[in-house]
Amino acid sequence: MSGVAVRRRPSLWRRLDAASRYAWPAALLIFGLLVIGLPFGLPGQAELRPAYAMACVYFWSLYRPSSLPAPVVALTGLLLDLLGMSPLGLWAVLLLVLQGATLASRRRLVPQFFLLNWLVFASYAAAASALAWAAQSILSLTILPLLPLAAQMLAAAGLYPALAALFIRAHRGPAAAELA
Amino acid sequence: MIRLSVPFRQALARLTLPVMLMVSLGLVLIGRADQNLAGTLRSSLDDVLAPAYQLVAGPIVALEHGSGVIGNLFDLEGENEQLRAENARLLQWQAVALALEAQNDALKSTLHYVPQPTPKFFTGDVVADLGGVYARSVLVAIPSPDAAQNIVGAVAMDGRGVAGRVVEAGDRSARVLLITDLNSRVPVATGVAGAPALMAGTNGPDPALLYWAPGQPPPEGAMVLTSAEGGAFPPGLPVGVVHYNAQNDPVVLPLADLDSLRLLRLFAYPSNEPVLTPVPAAAAHKPAPRLALNKTGP
Repeated sequence: MSGVAVRRRPSLWRRLDAASRYAWPAALLIFGLLVIGLPFGLPGQAELRPAYAMACVYFWSLYRPSSLPAPVVALTGLLLDLLGMSPLGLWAVLLLVLQGATLASRRRLVPQFFLLNWLVFASYAAAASALAWAAQSILSLTILPLLPLAAQMLAAAGLYPALAALFIRAHRGPAAAELA
Repeated sequence: MIRLSVPFRQALARLTLPVMLMVSLGLVLIGRADQNLAGTLRSSLDDVLAPAYQLVAGPIVALEHGSGVIGNLFDLEGENEQLRAENARLLQWQAVALALEAQNDALKSTLHYVPQPTPKFFTGDVVADLGGVYARSVLVAIPSPDAAQNIVGAVAMDGRGVAGRVVEAGDRSARVLLITDLNSRVPVATGVAGAPALMAGTNGPDPALLYWAPGQPPPEGAMVLTSAEGGAFPPGLPVGVVHYNAQNDPVVLPLADLDSLRLLRLFAYPSNEPVLTPVPAAAAHKPAPRLALNKTGP
């Protein structure tokens, strides 16, 4: 009897629930990018946007890679480029490289302590930021200032624990288990 | 939903990342080859985002500026005191300004001064702060689409001074590149004599002052106005004040409040450059035989 119940098509609400849980990381990522554009007048707001994108891509690629597929990451990077006036496609490439690196080291990273994950993210984010700096310097044929680069690295490292605390709570939702 | 076999789906999943990476790299190349593509995409995205941002930014601005709701209730006493002192000082300045205006009018009438035509301008809300890490720009919502014609290149000013120029514009939005951006170059005139110099954005809060006459550095505290050199800006718009930073390099302290821009006036100046009308092909061909006739005629 229970076998029949399991095999039955899930109800509309159940499927909506699953779909919303599946779409939650991508939606939160894009919504967050747009919110960071609001004119709060915070110092370092511009540095926060790529830092936020990197933290999201790293976290979800680590713990729930199926709900942040590569096309979504590429689109996010494109949005980042269009919002932040960087060369078209640059952040799409960098975020995809970050995702690739995260997926490659996933099996070793997931069982580790949070502190180690944080350190690995900080180094990945620093590498991606440095690549962005180098690429934009080459494309504009000037040496861009280093201070915003350092600010972006620090923003990424500082943002991750706060975001992770929020995401881990979302990740532990009951319907998320089968999607992991 | 299409049912795919498990190994095929796994292979597909393994392929998406490299494929998307190739697509993105291709996009970088396309963006380099066609510089207008990014601009077109950006202004169409801005057109979509600007109304949404305007909707959300409205309450934030209302909270900040208060309209007296919660904002500054706590420090009313001190603020009143400060405002009274400021008001007294401003009244003095008003008297000075009126006297100067009268003098200026008298001088203009003796010189038969021809005033510059007043430019078309309109006011737009700054709805989003969309700078990048190495770029400083804001998004301005345009009230009506017919105001947005020929707006690229318009000078953006807040209540005090020049804030930047419009670099991309759609029907509902305009992107203003601020004077602090790395790519911003403004020809300026410094001091009373209007010594020429170039103000270059450095990505920091204060743009640098370059190319002043050697041996005649701009004095500290001198007023910086735009200069008409190159025809990019109209002359005489207030920009800032000269200041020497810790490295003893002259920088400009902008008058405009670039960190918290809320309203910008966009002035679309008619360009002063001579308009070169191309001669139509038919008209270009016609005079040629007549010229030949004239030559052979007499």
